[in-house]
Amino acid sequence: MSTILECKGLSHSYGKKKALDDVSFTIGSGKIVGLFGPNGSGKTTLIKILAGMIHDENGTVSICGNPVGIKSKAVVSYSPDIMPYRNDRKIADILESYALMFEDFDRKEAEEVLEELEIHSDDLVGKLSKGNSEKLQIIIAMSRKAKLYILDEPFSGIDPVARENIVKTILRMMPEDSSLLLSTHLIGDIEQILDEAIFLKDGKIVLHKPVDEMRDEKGQSLSDEYMEEFR
Amino acid sequence: MPWNFDSDKPIFIQLVERLESDIVSGKYAPGDKLPTVRDLAVEAAVNPNTMQKAYGELERLGLVYTQRTNGRFVTEDAGLIEKTRKELAKKTAQEFLSRMKEIGISREEAVKLLGGKA
Repeated sequence: MSTILECKGLSHSYGKKKALDDVSFTIGSGKIVGLFGPNGSGKTTLIKILAGMIHDENGTVSICGNPVGIKSKAVVSYSPDIMPYRNDRKIADILESYALMFEDFDRKEAEEVLEELEIHSDDLVGKLSKGNSEKLQIIIAMSRKAKLYILDEPFSGIDPVARENIVKTILRMMPEDSSLLLSTHLIGDIEQILDEAIFLKDGKIVLHKPVDEMRDEKGQSLSDEYMEEFR
Repeated sequence: MPWNFDSDKPIFIQLVERLESDIVSGKYAPGDKLPTVRDLAVEAAVNPNTMQKAYGELERLGLVYTQRTNGRFVTEDAGLIEKTRKELAKKTAQEFLSRMKEIGISREEAVKLLGGKA
């Protein structure tokens, strides 16, 4: 199994506060990995470093053999935890920009999947419900045929039934050998799709393990394990 | 039947049990072609790697075989399917009895509840 992502000794501070403290881990090809931790534990900081949104970190990142930069961005599809599109933009325009920016963007697939979910090309971003905005973000991210997908808190505003559907959509759209790193507080909704879980606490990794191993060893769910660690 | 999982038991094991049960119940008949790993993983909303592992286990058990270019099929070995059915029945009965024991029902009472002769 080849490695998609390797982080070594990653640290980052905001002023005096250490947001990430000596974080090292790898993600293999084809793996779906959940990133969990309380607010302020460093999840978004870690993700922003991987996505190239924060530059002044210590330590090294290797994505398919390249440091974070133009080459890594060409193979990383990143969806931030906030809506990145302006309210007055039409969905068709956003798809158009993606098609121009990313060679691996499958515009036809994006249009088809959005249409299935009744999100239409001539809708304005500002008119979408919170749930639909998040679906739009997820589908745009998954329509790139990337090596590594990074979704930061992708479906907190989506109702439970639609969430199950969007999880299936993610599985369907993801290429076989690509990997997915997903940060969310909604552990119960995604634990059955995960290969591995990473727990972050005060900027450090306190656990990184295959999820089925966890269930096998302790007979407890990932949600139980999380409560045990952070309660 | 929808796919429901106990979150405290490996998904891999639950998938194997579910597929075994679908085979012995005839949902997938002997010689039937099985869905692809990806299609079934999406339907069950589980990780494709885990589904792949479950298919691998069924192959190891002989319940499923792969034809290199055509996909995966259910065994046509009726004896093996029958044997698996009996094993599943036995396991289910044991689970029932141990649950009964937990709530303080004796073996005899449990059998009576089933309408059998203790």
